[in-house]
Amino acid sequence: MSETVIKTNKLTKRFGDFVAVDEISFEVHKGEIFGFLGANGAGKTTAMRMLCGLSSPTSGEATVAGFDVFTQPEEIKKNIGYMSQKFSLYEDLTVLENIQFYGGIYGLTNKEIKEKSAELTEKLGLHKEAKKLVRALPLGWKQKLSFLVAIVHQPKIVFLDEPTGGVDPSMRREFWDLIYDAADKGITIFVTTHYLDEAEYCNRVTIMVDGKIEALDSPSGLREKFGVAKIDEVFYKLARQAKRSAD
Amino acid sequence: MAAIELKNITKTYNKGSILAVDDVTFSVNKGELFGLIGPDGAGKSSLFRILTTLLIPDKGTATVGGCDVVKDFKKIRHIVGYMPGRFSLYQDLTVEENLNFFATVFNTTIKENYDLIKDIYVQLEPFKDRRAGKLSGGMKQKLALCCALIHKPEVLFLDEPTTGVDVMSRKEFWEMLKRLKQQGITIMVSTSYMDEATRCDRIGLILNGKVLSIASPEGTILSYPEKLYAVKSQNMHKLLTDLRSFRNTVNCYTFGEYLHLSISCSEEAVKEYLNEKGFSELVFLPAIPTVEDCFIRLLKEQNERNSNKDK
Repeated sequence: MSETVIKTNKLTKRFGDFVAVDEISFEVHKGEIFGFLGANGAGKTTAMRMLCGLSSPTSGEATVAGFDVFTQPEEIKKNIGYMSQKFSLYEDLTVLENIQFYGGIYGLTNKEIKEKSAELTEKLGLHKEAKKLVRALPLGWKQKLSFLVAIVHQPKIVFLDEPTGGVDPSMRREFWDLIYDAADKGITIFVTTHYLDEAEYCNRVTIMVDGKIEALDSPSGLREKFGVAKIDEVFYKLARQAKRSAD
Repeated sequence: MAAIELKNITKTYNKGSILAVDDVTFSVNKGELFGLIGPDGAGKSSLFRILTTLLIPDKGTATVGGCDVVKDFKKIRHIVGYMPGRFSLYQDLTVEENLNFFATVFNTTIKENYDLIKDIYVQLEPFKDRRAGKLSGGMKQKLALCCALIHKPEVLFLDEPTTGVDVMSRKEFWEMLKRLKQQGITIMVSTSYMDEATRCDRIGLILNGKVLSIASPEGTILSYPEKLYAVKSQNMHKLLTDLRSFRNTVNCYTFGEYLHLSISCSEEAVKEYLNEKGFSELVFLPAIPTVEDCFIRLLKEQNERNSNKDK
């Protein structure tokens, strides 16, 4: 079996009486595309923030890229990429300035930043827009750019929180081409989405309900297990059991 | 009478350098659920803002409920409900305070129009003392819809109301829209979820500021001009790459569990090619196009036309 890059054991996060993430245990392997599904409020973002070293767990264990989430969050941050649903790029910087900025933050040399800038604008076909403010780019382009920026330092893992929200069907597929590309290069992808067709593009998928992992398998495995034709139906079956309202 | 009518509407930004809406003409019937789909930057939000009197068009005329969007803007503001793409309620007011605020602004009360929002509001009621900013995505959308409905509008404009909302909540949201439609409210809605587009009476496809086609979902699908196949194998990513480099492939893209493929050769020729490439457990079926396929096809066609123009 290939190398394990994320391992959790009964990982839990409480906010007062509220158990946002409830004893989740799973492993993710190198180069895998791991889909993390669940209704709004199921605990996905909280779980992801713990794995990124941004939020300290209440109990349980977890290692990410070989580092402990309790004791080595700073090491984790250096070895991962993170693209959040709300904020990803500086709108009032240009495309090139954003690449330079993130390259600099992640400790790339000037030479590396120069190479990366050329590579990314080439890859996205953004030559004409390179000196434009990010604000002026359509959403789909912004999302593609922020993904490439999130992996500018060649992290072991990249966490993507609803990267394709509001993006049109064509552009979503272009985004997934980039994901596949990165996975082929050995970067592990941890991704959440509300587009259930995208669940099919993952190697394995988890479905979270009320803070717990209720299902974890390959898309075809899940369909078989639940005896349904589409992932959507697995999702409906599980989400309907939810007691916690999406508050 | 049409509930919404646009004639040659054009809108530019930056002193005419950006053409956002390009000579758009169409109408929406009273009581119709009309969907607007198109890529980012196609001009959807500009159209919404023109129709809700928040933007003045450069050229053309438009009416909503028979009122002119420029001359009668004050009247229009009373008869339309608008849910913009970005969450625009007061984050630091509670659920109830927000609703009260919007009711008061329109000179009405929650009580007066409660029957219209009841189905939605009962789900929000347990959180009525929570600040709007602290609600989840699905709940925020429900509250925004309530606020847009509280003055009993004739026409409802919803700009991507379900972005970032999970499947269950989206389903509920569309069931609500159906009920509102049954009460005679005209609804114009934009979305990036193609399954939602299928639930509209008619859909308009918009690209580069132009409305390219308007038809019922069934009509849109029926107009799909070529054969479409669904293909599946063990290694999906390799299958995609190999099919894309096949010389007779017109288009190939992921589609859930399958790839969707259109070709300019015989079915046998492409199967032979895949056999040579050594694909095992190949599934090759005819596929029924969906609105999503139509969208992708139209976009590709348009992009090719544009890139030819550039040359």
